[in-house]
Amino acid sequence: MSNEEITEGLAGIVEEVAGVDADDVTTEKSFVDDLDIDSLSMVEIAVQAEDKFGVKIPDDELANLKTVGDAVNYIAKNA
Amino acid sequence: MTTRTLTPTSGPAGTRLLGFGSTQGNRVVTNDDLARIVETNDEWIQQRVGIVSRRLGEDDQTVVSMAVEAGSKALASAGLSPADVDQVIIATCTMPGPIPNAAAQVADQIGIKAPGAFDLNAACAGFCYALNTASDLVRGGSARRVLVIGAERFQEWIDWQDRANCIIFADGAGAAVVGPAEEPAIGPAALGSAGDLVDTIYLREGKYIYQEGQSVFRWATTQIAPVARRAVELAGLQLSDVDALVAHQANLRIVEAVARKLQTQGARDDLVVARDIVHSGNTSAASIPLAIDHMLATGEISSGDVLLLVGFGAGLSYGGQVVICP
Repeated sequence: MSNEEITEGLAGIVEEVAGVDADDVTTEKSFVDDLDIDSLSMVEIAVQAEDKFGVKIPDDELANLKTVGDAVNYIAKNA
Repeated sequence: MTTRTLTPTSGPAGTRLLGFGSTQGNRVVTNDDLARIVETNDEWIQQRVGIVSRRLGEDDQTVVSMAVEAGSKALASAGLSPADVDQVIIATCTMPGPIPNAAAQVADQIGIKAPGAFDLNAACAGFCYALNTASDLVRGGSARRVLVIGAERFQEWIDWQDRANCIIFADGAGAAVVGPAEEPAIGPAALGSAGDLVDTIYLREGKYIYQEGQSVFRWATTQIAPVARRAVELAGLQLSDVDALVAHQANLRIVEAVARKLQTQGARDDLVVARDIVHSGNTSAASIPLAIDHMLATGEISSGDVLLLVGFGAGLSYGGQVVICP
Protein backbone atom coordinates (compact mmCIF):
# COMPACT_ATOMS: atom_id res chain seq x y z
CA MET A 1 0.00 0.00 0.00
CA SER A 2 1.41 3.41 -0.94
CA ASN A 3 1.73 6.30 1.48
CA GLU A 4 -0.94 8.12 -0.53
CA GLU A 5 -3.35 5.22 -0.05
CA ILE A 6 -2.58 5.08 3.68
CA THR A 7 -3.14 8.83 3.98
CA GLU A 8 -6.47 8.54 2.19
CA GLY A 9 -7.59 5.63 4.37
CA LEU A 10 -6.49 7.38 7.54
CA ALA A 11 -8.27 10.59 6.49
CA GLY A 12 -11.49 8.63 6.14
CA ILE A 13 -11.10 7.27 9.68
CA VAL A 14 -10.31 10.72 11.10
CA GLU A 15 -13.38 12.13 9.39
CA GLU A 16 -15.59 9.37 10.78
CA VAL A 17 -14.24 9.54 14.35
CA ALA A 18 -13.65 13.24 14.81
CA GLY A 19 -15.85 14.88 12.17
CA VAL A 20 -12.85 16.56 10.51
CA ASP A 21 -13.21 16.99 6.74
CA ALA A 22 -11.06 14.27 5.13
CA ASP A 23 -9.57 16.85 2.74
CA ASP A 24 -8.06 18.66 5.74
CA VAL A 25 -6.22 15.53 6.89
CA THR A 26 -2.87 16.08 5.18
CA THR A 27 0.54 14.80 6.21
CA GLU A 28 1.91 18.02 7.72
CA LYS A 29 -1.08 18.51 10.06
CA SER A 30 -0.75 17.95 13.81
CA PHE A 31 -3.60 15.86 15.19
CA VAL A 32 -3.90 17.92 18.36
CA ASP A 33 -2.91 21.43 17.30
CA ASP A 34 -4.27 21.59 13.75
CA LEU A 35 -7.13 19.08 13.68
CA ASP A 36 -8.25 19.58 17.31
CA ILE A 37 -8.36 15.85 18.04
CA ASP A 38 -8.21 14.86 21.71
CA SER A 39 -6.45 11.90 23.29
CA LEU A 40 -9.55 9.70 23.42
CA SER A 41 -10.38 10.30 19.76
CA MET A 42 -6.76 9.40 18.99
CA VAL A 43 -7.40 6.03 20.63
CA GLU A 44 -10.51 5.50 18.49
CA ILE A 45 -8.56 6.45 15.36
CA ALA A 46 -5.76 4.05 16.36
CA VAL A 47 -8.19 1.18 16.94
CA GLN A 48 -9.82 1.69 13.55
CA ALA A 49 -6.43 2.08 11.84
CA GLU A 50 -5.31 -1.20 13.41
CA ASP A 51 -8.29 -2.96 11.84
CA LYS A 52 -7.99 -1.28 8.48
CA PHE A 53 -4.23 -1.58 8.00
CA GLY A 54 -3.47 -4.72 10.03
CA VAL A 55 -1.00 -2.93 12.29
CA LYS A 56 -0.57 -2.70 16.09
CA ILE A 57 -0.46 0.82 17.54
CA PRO A 58 0.11 0.53 21.32
CA ASP A 59 -0.69 3.55 23.51
CA ASP A 60 2.99 4.38 24.10
CA GLU A 61 3.59 4.45 20.33
CA LEU A 62 0.43 6.45 19.81
CA ALA A 63 1.87 9.22 21.96
CA ASN A 64 4.70 9.64 19.40
CA LEU A 65 2.40 10.09 16.43
CA LYS A 66 2.09 13.87 16.51
CA THR A 67 1.28 14.51 12.85
CA VAL A 68 -0.71 12.71 10.19
CA GLY A 69 2.62 12.08 8.44
CA ASP A 70 4.01 10.40 11.61
CA ALA A 71 1.03 8.04 11.59
CA VAL A 72 1.29 7.31 7.88
CA ASN A 73 5.01 6.51 8.21
CA TYR A 74 4.38 4.31 11.25
CA ILE A 75 1.67 2.36 9.45
CA ALA A 76 3.77 2.03 6.27
CA LYS A 77 6.68 0.66 8.31
CA ASN A 78 4.72 -1.73 10.54
CA ALA A 79 1.84 -2.97 8.40
CA MET B 1 -16.34 -45.31 56.55
CA THR B 2 -20.06 -44.71 56.59
CA THR B 3 -21.77 -43.11 53.64
CA ARG B 4 -23.47 -39.88 54.63
CA THR B 5 -25.64 -37.90 52.27
CA LEU B 6 -26.09 -34.21 52.86
CA THR B 7 -29.44 -32.60 52.23
CA PRO B 8 -29.46 -31.35 48.65
CA THR B 9 -30.44 -27.74 48.02
CA SER B 10 -32.75 -26.57 45.32
CA GLY B 11 -34.54 -23.37 44.43
CA PRO B 12 -36.97 -21.98 41.90
CA ALA B 13 -36.42 -22.25 38.16
CA GLY B 14 -35.90 -18.55 37.79
CA THR B 15 -35.41 -15.22 39.49
CA ARG B 16 -36.59 -11.72 38.89
CA LEU B 17 -36.08 -8.16 40.00
CA LEU B 18 -38.75 -7.02 42.43
CA GLY B 19 -37.90 -3.34 42.89
CA PHE B 20 -35.28 -0.60 42.74
CA GLY B 21 -34.22 2.28 44.97
CA SER B 22 -31.41 4.83 45.00
CA THR B 23 -29.88 7.85 46.64
CA GLN B 24 -27.06 10.27 45.86
CA GLY B 25 -24.82 12.73 47.58
CA ASN B 26 -26.77 15.85 48.52
CA ARG B 27 -24.18 18.27 47.13
CA VAL B 28 -24.46 19.07 43.42
CA VAL B 29 -20.97 19.85 42.12
CA THR B 30 -20.84 21.49 38.69
CA ASN B 31 -17.89 21.65 36.33
CA ASP B 32 -17.57 25.34 37.14
CA ASP B 33 -17.31 24.42 40.83
CA LEU B 34 -14.39 22.12 39.98
CA ALA B 35 -12.76 24.82 37.86
CA ARG B 36 -12.43 26.86 41.04
CA ILE B 37 -10.25 24.20 42.75
CA VAL B 38 -8.32 22.64 39.86
CA GLU B 39 -7.15 23.72 36.39
CA THR B 40 -10.08 22.63 34.22
CA ASN B 41 -13.20 23.98 32.53
CA ASP B 42 -16.75 23.00 31.69
CA GLU B 43 -16.13 22.51 27.96
CA TRP B 44 -13.11 20.25 28.49
CA ILE B 45 -14.91 18.06 31.02
CA GLN B 46 -18.05 17.72 28.94
CA GLN B 47 -16.02 16.87 25.86
CA ARG B 48 -13.85 14.25 27.59
CA VAL B 49 -16.29 12.48 29.87
CA GLY B 50 -19.73 13.93 29.17
CA ILE B 51 -20.35 15.00 32.76
CA VAL B 52 -22.22 18.26 33.42
CA SER B 53 -22.49 17.85 37.19
CA ARG B 54 -21.96 15.15 39.79
CA ARG B 55 -23.25 14.55 43.32
CA LEU B 56 -21.02 14.30 46.39
CA GLY B 57 -22.14 13.27 49.84
CA GLU B 58 -22.34 15.42 52.95
CA ASP B 59 -20.12 14.28 55.83
CA ASP B 60 -22.85 12.00 57.20
CA GLN B 61 -23.59 10.36 53.84
CA THR B 62 -21.37 7.31 54.15
CA VAL B 63 -21.28 4.13 52.08
CA VAL B 64 -23.36 2.53 54.82
CA SER B 65 -25.91 5.31 55.24
CA MET B 66 -26.47 5.68 51.49
CA ALA B 67 -26.81 1.89 51.14
CA VAL B 68 -29.40 1.90 53.94
CA GLU B 69 -31.43 4.60 52.18
CA ALA B 70 -31.24 2.98 48.74
CA GLY B 71 -31.98 -0.47 50.16
CA SER B 72 -34.98 0.73 52.15
CA LYS B 73 -36.41 2.43 49.04
CA ALA B 74 -35.89 -0.74 46.98
CA LEU B 75 -37.80 -2.79 49.57
CA ALA B 76 -40.61 -0.22 49.57
CA SER B 77 -40.80 -0.23 45.77
CA ALA B 78 -41.00 -4.03 45.84
CA GLY B 79 -43.79 -3.85 48.42
CA LEU B 80 -41.73 -5.91 50.85
CA SER B 81 -40.79 -5.56 54.49
CA PRO B 82 -37.31 -6.17 55.94
CA ALA B 83 -38.45 -9.57 57.23
CA ASP B 84 -38.94 -10.73 53.64
CA VAL B 85 -35.20 -10.55 52.93
CA ASP B 86 -32.74 -13.22 54.08
CA GLN B 87 -29.52 -12.15 52.33
CA VAL B 88 -27.78 -8.81 51.78
CA ILE B 89 -24.94 -8.19 49.34
CA ILE B 90 -23.18 -4.85 49.04
CA ALA B 91 -21.01 -4.19 46.01
CA THR B 92 -18.50 -1.51 46.96
CA CYS B 93 -14.82 -0.61 46.69
CA THR B 94 -14.85 2.58 48.76
CA MET B 95 -15.47 1.55 52.38
CA PRO B 96 -13.11 3.47 54.72
CA GLY B 97 -11.26 0.21 55.44
CA PRO B 98 -11.47 -3.54 54.85
CA ILE B 99 -13.09 -4.25 58.24
CA PRO B 100 -15.95 -4.11 59.11
CA ASN B 101 -17.93 -4.89 55.99
CA ALA B 102 -20.89 -2.72 55.05
CA ALA B 103 -23.51 -5.43 54.50
CA ALA B 104 -24.08 -6.56 58.07
CA GLN B 105 -24.54 -3.04 59.46
CA VAL B 106 -26.68 -1.98 56.50
CA ALA B 107 -28.96 -4.98 57.08
CA ASP B 108 -29.19 -4.18 60.77
CA GLN B 109 -30.03 -0.53 60.15
CA ILE B 110 -32.72 -1.44 57.62
CA GLY B 111 -34.18 -3.83 60.18
CA ILE B 112 -33.39 -7.14 58.49
CA LYS B 113 -32.79 -9.58 61.33
CA ALA B 114 -29.53 -11.56 61.04
CA PRO B 115 -29.49 -12.20 57.28
CA GLY B 116 -26.52 -13.62 55.41
CA ALA B 117 -24.49 -10.50 54.68
CA PHE B 118 -21.28 -9.81 52.79
CA ASP B 119 -19.52 -7.21 50.64
CA LEU B 120 -18.32 -7.94 47.15
CA ASN B 121 -15.55 -6.05 45.35
CA ALA B 122 -15.55 -6.15 41.60
CA ALA B 123 -15.16 -2.36 41.49
CA CYS B 124 -17.29 -0.80 38.73
CA ALA B 125 -18.50 -4.27 37.65
CA GLY B 126 -19.68 -4.92 41.21
CA PHE B 127 -23.40 -4.58 40.68
CA CYS B 128 -23.50 -7.08 37.82
CA TYR B 129 -21.48 -9.56 39.90
CA ALA B 130 -23.64 -9.04 42.98
CA LEU B 131 -26.84 -9.37 40.97
CA ASN B 132 -25.62 -12.63 39.47
CA THR B 133 -24.57 -13.93 42.88
CA ALA B 134 -27.96 -13.01 44.33
CA SER B 135 -29.80 -14.71 41.51
CA ASP B 136 -27.74 -17.87 41.91
CA LEU B 137 -28.23 -17.86 45.70
CA VAL B 138 -31.98 -17.86 45.14
CA ARG B 139 -31.90 -20.43 42.34
CA GLY B 140 -29.61 -22.66 44.39
CA GLY B 141 -31.91 -22.52 47.37
CA SER B 142 -29.51 -20.64 49.68
CA ALA B 143 -31.73 -17.58 49.90
CA ARG B 144 -35.33 -16.62 49.26
CA ARG B 145 -34.98 -12.91 48.61
CA VAL B 146 -31.74 -10.95 48.33
CA LEU B 147 -31.17 -7.23 48.72
CA VAL B 148 -28.38 -6.20 46.33
CA ILE B 149 -26.87 -2.74 46.76
CA GLY B 150 -24.10 -0.92 44.93
CA ALA B 151 -22.82 1.89 47.17
CA GLU B 152 -19.80 4.15 46.81
CA ARG B 153 -18.39 7.23 48.47
CA PHE B 154 -15.43 8.28 46.34
CA GLN B 155 -14.63 11.72 47.65
CA GLU B 156 -12.02 10.56 50.20
CA TRP B 157 -10.39 8.40 47.50
CA ILE B 158 -9.91 11.30 45.08
CA ASP B 159 -6.88 13.56 44.71
CA TRP B 160 -8.65 16.87 44.20
CA GLN B 161 -5.57 18.25 42.42
CA ASP B 162 -5.59 15.43 39.84
CA ARG B 163 -7.58 17.08 37.07
CA ALA B 164 -7.79 13.95 34.94
CA ASN B 165 -9.56 11.90 37.61
CA CYS B 166 -11.23 14.23 40.13
CA ILE B 167 -13.77 15.32 37.51
CA ILE B 168 -15.11 11.79 37.04
CA PHE B 169 -16.07 10.13 40.31
CA ALA B 170 -19.01 10.71 42.64
CA ASP B 171 -21.01 9.36 45.58
CA GLY B 172 -24.26 7.39 45.56
CA ALA B 173 -26.04 4.10 46.06
CA GLY B 174 -28.51 2.02 44.05
CA ALA B 175 -30.33 -1.10 45.18
CA ALA B 176 -32.45 -3.92 43.82
CA VAL B 177 -34.38 -6.79 45.36
CA VAL B 178 -34.01 -10.23 43.78
CA GLY B 179 -36.59 -12.95 44.36
CA PRO B 180 -37.92 -16.22 42.94
CA ALA B 181 -39.85 -16.46 39.67
CA GLU B 182 -41.43 -19.20 37.61
CA GLU B 183 -40.15 -17.61 34.40
CA PRO B 184 -36.52 -16.43 34.49
CA ALA B 185 -36.31 -12.62 34.35
CA ILE B 186 -32.61 -12.35 35.22
CA GLY B 187 -30.41 -13.90 32.56
CA PRO B 188 -27.18 -15.83 33.04
CA ALA B 189 -24.18 -13.53 33.50
CA ALA B 190 -21.26 -13.22 31.13
CA LEU B 191 -18.39 -12.72 33.57
CA GLY B 192 -14.69 -12.29 32.99
CA SER B 193 -11.50 -10.48 33.91
CA ALA B 194 -8.30 -9.10 32.45
CA GLY B 195 -5.83 -9.25 35.31
CA ASP B 196 -2.95 -8.48 32.95
CA LEU B 197 -4.30 -4.90 32.81
CA VAL B 198 -4.36 -4.50 36.61
CA ASP B 199 -1.98 -1.53 36.39
CA THR B 200 -4.40 0.59 34.36
CA ILE B 201 -6.73 1.41 37.29
CA TYR B 202 -5.20 1.61 40.74
CA LEU B 203 -4.80 3.65 43.92
CA ARG B 204 -1.94 6.07 43.46
CA GLU B 205 0.21 6.25 46.63
CA GLY B 206 -2.26 3.68 47.94
CA LYS B 207 -4.74 6.51 48.46
CA TYR B 208 -6.20 8.03 45.31
CA ILE B 209 -8.09 6.46 42.42
CA TYR B 210 -6.11 6.77 39.23
CA GLN B 211 -6.64 5.41 35.75
CA GLU B 212 -4.56 5.35 32.61
CA GLY B 213 -7.19 7.12 30.55
CA GLN B 214 -6.19 6.06 27.05
CA SER B 215 -5.57 2.41 27.98
CA VAL B 216 -8.85 2.07 29.85
CA PHE B 217 -10.73 3.85 27.05
CA ARG B 218 -9.21 1.55 24.43
CA TRP B 219 -10.04 -1.55 26.48
CA ALA B 220 -13.59 -0.49 27.27
CA THR B 221 -14.48 0.69 23.76
CA THR B 222 -13.20 -2.53 22.14
CA GLN B 223 -13.78 -5.27 24.74
CA ILE B 224 -17.12 -4.44 26.39
CA ALA B 225 -19.50 -4.68 23.44
CA PRO B 226 -18.54 -8.37 22.98
CA VAL B 227 -19.31 -9.00 26.68
CA ALA B 228 -22.71 -7.37 26.25
CA ARG B 229 -23.34 -9.44 23.14
CA ARG B 230 -22.39 -12.62 25.01
CA ALA B 231 -24.87 -11.78 27.79
CA VAL B 232 -27.63 -11.47 25.19
CA GLU B 233 -26.66 -14.82 23.68
CA LEU B 234 -26.64 -16.48 27.12
CA ALA B 235 -30.15 -15.17 27.71
CA GLY B 236 -31.26 -16.77 24.44
CA LEU B 237 -32.18 -13.42 22.91
CA GLN B 238 -31.09 -11.31 19.93
CA LEU B 239 -29.57 -7.84 20.20
CA SER B 240 -32.74 -6.56 18.50
CA ASP B 241 -34.73 -7.77 21.53
CA VAL B 242 -32.93 -5.33 23.83
CA ASP B 243 -34.93 -2.23 24.73
CA ALA B 244 -32.31 -0.41 26.80
CA LEU B 245 -28.56 -0.55 27.35
CA VAL B 246 -27.54 0.25 30.91
CA ALA B 247 -23.75 0.17 30.85
CA HIS B 248 -21.59 1.19 33.78
CA GLN B 249 -21.49 4.98 33.67
CA ALA B 250 -17.73 5.28 33.32
CA ASN B 251 -17.54 7.96 30.66
CA LEU B 252 -20.27 9.04 28.25
CA ARG B 253 -17.95 8.49 25.30
CA ILE B 254 -17.38 4.87 26.34
CA VAL B 255 -21.10 4.33 26.83
CA GLU B 256 -21.90 5.80 23.42
CA ALA B 257 -19.10 3.86 21.70
CA VAL B 258 -20.43 0.59 23.14
CA ALA B 259 -23.98 1.49 22.08
CA ARG B 260 -22.85 2.39 18.54
CA LYS B 261 -20.94 -0.89 18.25
CA LEU B 262 -23.98 -2.87 19.36
CA GLN B 263 -26.18 -0.98 16.91
CA THR B 264 -23.91 -1.97 14.02
CA GLN B 265 -24.34 -5.58 15.17
CA GLY B 266 -28.11 -5.77 15.40
CA ALA B 267 -29.26 -3.59 18.29
CA ARG B 268 -32.16 -1.35 17.30
CA ASP B 269 -31.81 2.29 16.28
CA ASP B 270 -34.34 3.16 18.99
CA LEU B 271 -32.25 1.43 21.67
CA VAL B 272 -32.56 3.48 24.86
CA VAL B 273 -29.07 4.23 26.21
CA ALA B 274 -28.53 5.10 29.87
CA ARG B 275 -26.75 8.46 30.07
CA ASP B 276 -27.12 8.98 33.82
CA ILE B 277 -23.44 9.96 34.10
CA VAL B 278 -24.30 13.42 32.74
CA HIS B 279 -25.74 14.52 36.09
CA SER B 280 -24.53 11.74 38.39
CA GLY B 281 -20.85 11.25 37.51
CA ASN B 282 -19.22 7.85 37.77
CA THR B 283 -20.42 6.11 40.92
CA SER B 284 -18.73 2.76 40.21
CA ALA B 285 -20.79 -0.15 41.58
CA ALA B 286 -23.76 2.16 42.16
CA SER B 287 -23.97 3.51 38.62
CA ILE B 288 -26.11 0.80 37.00
CA PRO B 289 -28.89 0.56 39.64
CA LEU B 290 -28.79 4.35 40.04
CA ALA B 291 -29.32 4.77 36.30
CA ILE B 292 -32.14 2.21 36.23
CA ASP B 293 -33.91 3.86 39.17
CA HIS B 294 -33.66 7.28 37.51
CA MET B 295 -34.83 5.92 34.14
CA LEU B 296 -37.83 4.25 35.79
CA ALA B 297 -38.70 7.57 37.44
CA THR B 298 -38.51 9.52 34.18
CA GLY B 299 -40.34 6.85 32.18
CA GLU B 300 -37.38 6.19 29.84
CA ILE B 301 -37.83 2.52 30.69
CA SER B 302 -40.85 0.71 32.04
CA SER B 303 -42.00 -2.64 33.37
CA GLY B 304 -41.37 -5.52 31.00
CA ASP B 305 -38.54 -3.83 29.08
CA VAL B 306 -35.51 -5.94 28.23
CA LEU B 307 -32.48 -4.29 29.83
CA LEU B 308 -28.90 -5.16 28.92
CA LEU B 309 -26.57 -4.47 31.85
CA VAL B 310 -22.80 -4.44 31.54
CA GLY B 311 -20.24 -3.41 34.15
CA PHE B 312 -16.46 -3.06 33.85
CA GLY B 313 -13.70 -1.58 35.93
CA ALA B 314 -10.67 -2.00 38.17
CA GLY B 315 -9.16 -5.46 38.31
CA LEU B 316 -9.93 -5.43 35.51
CA SER B 317 -13.22 -7.26 36.10
CA TYR B 318 -16.24 -7.20 33.85
CA GLY B 319 -19.65 -8.78 33.58
CA GLY B 320 -23.10 -8.33 32.18
CA GLN B 321 -26.54 -9.85 32.00
CA VAL B 322 -29.98 -9.31 30.55
CA VAL B 323 -32.82 -8.54 32.96
CA ILE B 324 -36.50 -7.81 32.59
CA CYS B 325 -37.44 -4.47 34.10
CA PRO B 326 -39.75 -4.93 37.13
